[in-house]
Amino acid sequence: MAGSGSAHLRGDAAVLSVENLEVEYHTAGGSFKAVAGVSFDLLPGETLGIVGESGCGKSTTGRAVLRLDPIANGHVRFRDETIETASHQRMRELRRDMQMIFQDPVSSLNPRRLVKDIITEGLAIGGQGAKERAAVVPELLEQVGLPPERFAEMSPRQLSGGQAQRVAIGRALAVRPGLLICDEPVSALDVSVQAQILNLLEDLKSKYDLTIVFIAHDLGVVRSFSDKVLVMYLGKTCEFGDSVEVYERPAHPYTRGLLDSVPSPEVEGGFVGPALQGDLPSPLNPPSGCRFRARCPMSQDKCAVDEPAMREVRPGQYAACHFPLV
Amino acid sequence: MTAGAIPRELGVENAERMAVATPQVSLPRKRLSILVVFSYVWIALIVLLAVVAPILPIAAYDQSVGAPRQAPKFGELNTLLGTDQVGRSLLSRVIYGAQVSLVVGAVAGLSGAALGTVLGLLAGYFRKGTDWVITLIADVLLSFPVLVLLLAITAIFSPSIPVLVVGLAIAGTPTFMRLARANTMAWTSREFVRAARNMGASSTRILIREILPNVVPSLAAYMPLVIAALIVAEGSLSFLGLGVPPPTPSWGGLISSGAVDLRTAPYMVFVPATVLFLTVFALNQGGEHLRHRFDRNLQD
Amino acid sequence: MSDRALLEVTDLHAYIGSPRGVVKAVDGVSFTLQHGEALGVVGESGSGKSVMARAVMGLMPARSGRTGQVLFQGRELLTMKPKELQEVWGKQIAMVFQDPGRSLSPVVRVERQLTEGMRRHLGISRTEANSRALDLLREVGVPDPERRLRAYPHELSGGMRQRVMIAVALACEPDLLIADEPTTALDVTIQRQVLDLLRRVQTQRRMSLVLISHDLHVVAGRTDRTAVMYAGRIAEIGSSRTVFQDPHHRYTHALLSATPTIHHERHAPLNVIPGSLPSPTHPPAGCRFAPRCAAASQECTQAQPPMLQFSDDLDAACIHPVNTKEGELVGR
Ligand SMILES: Nc1ncnc2c1ncn2[C@@H]1O[C@H](COP(=O)(O)OP(=O)(O)OP(=O)(O)O)[C@@H](O)[C@H]1O
Ligand SMILES: Nc1ncnc2c1ncn2[C@@H]1O[C@H](COP(=O)(O)OP(=O)(O)OP(=O)(O)O)[C@@H](O)[C@H]1O
Ligand code: SF4
Ligand code: SF4
Ligand SMILES: [Mg+2]
Ligand SMILES: [Mg+2]
Repeated sequence: MAGSGSAHLRGDAAVLSVENLEVEYHTAGGSFKAVAGVSFDLLPGETLGIVGESGCGKSTTGRAVLRLDPIANGHVRFRDETIETASHQRMRELRRDMQMIFQDPVSSLNPRRLVKDIITEGLAIGGQGAKERAAVVPELLEQVGLPPERFAEMSPRQLSGGQAQRVAIGRALAVRPGLLICDEPVSALDVSVQAQILNLLEDLKSKYDLTIVFIAHDLGVVRSFSDKVLVMYLGKTCEFGDSVEVYERPAHPYTRGLLDSVPSPEVEGGFVGPALQGDLPSPLNPPSGCRFRARCPMSQDKCAVDEPAMREVRPGQYAACHFPLV
Repeated sequence: MTAGAIPRELGVENAERMAVATPQVSLPRKRLSILVVFSYVWIALIVLLAVVAPILPIAAYDQSVGAPRQAPKFGELNTLLGTDQVGRSLLSRVIYGAQVSLVVGAVAGLSGAALGTVLGLLAGYFRKGTDWVITLIADVLLSFPVLVLLLAITAIFSPSIPVLVVGLAIAGTPTFMRLARANTMAWTSREFVRAARNMGASSTRILIREILPNVVPSLAAYMPLVIAALIVAEGSLSFLGLGVPPPTPSWGGLISSGAVDLRTAPYMVFVPATVLFLTVFALNQGGEHLRHRFDRNLQD
Repeated sequence: MSDRALLEVTDLHAYIGSPRGVVKAVDGVSFTLQHGEALGVVGESGSGKSVMARAVMGLMPARSGRTGQVLFQGRELLTMKPKELQEVWGKQIAMVFQDPGRSLSPVVRVERQLTEGMRRHLGISRTEANSRALDLLREVGVPDPERRLRAYPHELSGGMRQRVMIAVALACEPDLLIADEPTTALDVTIQRQVLDLLRRVQTQRRMSLVLISHDLHVVAGRTDRTAVMYAGRIAEIGSSRTVFQDPHHRYTHALLSATPTIHHERHAPLNVIPGSLPSPTHPPAGCRFAPRCAAASQECTQAQPPMLQFSDDLDAACIHPVNTKEGELVGR
């Protein structure tokens, strides 16, 4: 098992199944694996939160699932389709069923087009005529909470971040996807607007029976939104499990460290546990064995030699660690 | 918590100041510089005169209106700017010359822009081999001095307006190609392009609907600068006798034919040269201004 | 109180001219900061936190104006001459910015950036400044400080750069450190390290600290007092614990209940604050939160609500505060 293992996969029942995914980037400093053997899957209607620090490969994973980034190795299965080998033509059809919402709402809307054109873009590509599209604009805008009279003719430059994100959500849902990948959909928004978007996503999720991959670095946001959570570190998986259980009893030392770094003003000192030491290593030159070992308070000799694989530490909870916290 | 809340006390002097003191701030005003205003007025005037030339009360450009080599003098419209070696009105020739120079500059500029944009879009979007080939062509074209290139073209085909336009258009293409390529690369990395691809949009659709509308404004802002350069190039060619064939006047041609009498009748060079200079200057000024206004897209 | 507060800001207004009109970025802010105290300033993007800090420092952009009073150790900063201000900056008040890329010069080695201020303000020799620089880097937890001194800022990671920034700010032993979102660009685990560091140096040096953040959770556990800003004004100010656990202003309350924490119940809808921030050039009259406030009444929209003292350690500018029993509601 080269990567971090796939013991936590749940087999054929999953709508989306990602196994040992690897994505490589070639930069001036050399090639490196931004995603180095990540596995996860989603049951129908489930929401999977992916958390981890900047640069751990969350966005790359999301994009690779849609083949917006090339898949170097591994398997991605959506329903009965194998994504990594699907033809270009088939991929174009498939992508409509797997939509993505991006972190920067402003940059994800074309500044030279009107809101009504943007939100029906998927329908236009699907071959719908101008008349049919004009007819659905009000409904599409309304479902994301934007009054059509006011917003249909606006240009993206006139929208606030929250409004722009609503348009992006409307655009993605217009093609009625089964799977929605949200890449940090609220990180760029103000706290007071963030809740509006999260509630909207939650509503639309139950309305359309969506299966959602929810990428975020805010642990609170993920907790409130996800059923399952996957913790990533430097292109690898650390822990997978039910989000409530993982938050309550993290098994991987990194998950523990992440949770302890969340400010909690209720306790003396502002944090519930000790800080993680050290810096994130460069992905160009990751540590041998367990990639977290340089910062891990539990690290032992074995960690430098053997890469840990995902294994069940408690029913339904998996961690890639030789010495999990139990 | 104590019952009720007590208003915070304000010191007397603070309370007093509070009533009046909010900062006075002046707003930044966008003022057009006098040069830019002059430039736009000048361009408008030249274009207008060129367009309405046939209905102006001036003599035809190939018709003698009096003695040759008359110095400019007020009073009579046709001799306002003097006459040339065969007594044709310089005013008329400069105005009709504007038609030729502007049309040649603009048509060549637009064609160059169109060709350059298409190539630049393809190179910037597809990268890899496409980019390599297109960039190579542009580099080869750019490493030729424009004048040498044009000389070569006009030497092969006999000088005529269409040949000139084609030659100048080829000369203008690489500039636009480079601009379009850089802009395309920047816009392609934006997330709305990724979003469109994820909707199943074809590359053609992405190029035309998503990227092109964003690239065009910044290219258009460069248009006046390129037209100005092309007008100068046309002038240089005419000066070398390879420009628009006589008797059709162009500014370059006027300067060239006046040059023989530079010592005795300097105005024959100065009049068209001044008009050419002012127009090129105005186009450059206007272009700079437009560029500042519209080439911002990449930053915001 | 016998001895004076370190910093007394009274009715500070800071307006900035922009093409769209006068931005009332800071519009009537008053607070005091004691010696050795840590004050948190919280607010959403655009609420005026940075402009407030810059107005206090005297680092305003062109076409701007300030009124009010900023007394630092009894000296009025607002009217101070640039020459004198230069003396105050660095030596008495230092600032750490959100984006270290902008305030560390990319072409100058860490060493020079650290020692320059010391040599100018403290008039010490080069070797002495160098050894102090090493000590400083050690103090802020930069591993391998000898090597880091020779590095250029771009060779350091984000967290490391932010530590260097803090070291630069501490170099001349300022009495007040203003940290403007020092951790926003950082990852949670690194943010945690930097926050711990700030708190540690602040207590060790008995320095005063203004910690600016858009996240109430970040400042509440790390500061003595917290001010919540909304649209250029302080909505609520008091001891951090009270502001966080028992806020009275409707905005603070709404903000806290709109923020999902790691204890939030799964899939439970979040409390939403409708609408968005008011226009900074034409803010609504009266309470600026009124268009979005569930409890807003006629009275709220008429005049600016006065700052009311609810307890020893809490002031809020709200006419219908939360967490107050009916009988305790302020009548007028
Ligand atoms: N197009 C690219 N070319 C080269 N390297 C890239 C590219 N995109 C991402 N990377 C690198 O790949 C790694 C993973 O990046 P990714 O964007 O997936 O991280 P992330 O977890 O989404 O982080 P963030 O929270 O900052 O969005 C990082 O080290 C990043 O620098
Ligand atoms: N140089 C400037 N010119 C014009 N307006 C400005 C300038 N700087 C700030 N502003 C405006 O002043 C208001 C307050 O800005 P400020 O930067 O203080 O907000 P902030 O609370 O620090 O927000 P953030 O969390 O985004 O840093 C905003 O409306 C902003 O647009
Ligand atoms: S494998 Fe070792 S180094 Fe890695 S997380 Fe577990 S204990 Fe720490
Ligand atoms: S003053 Fe009125 S409008 Fe403002 S927060 Fe309080 S209740 Fe709401
Ligand atoms: Mg990302
Ligand atoms: Mg700020």
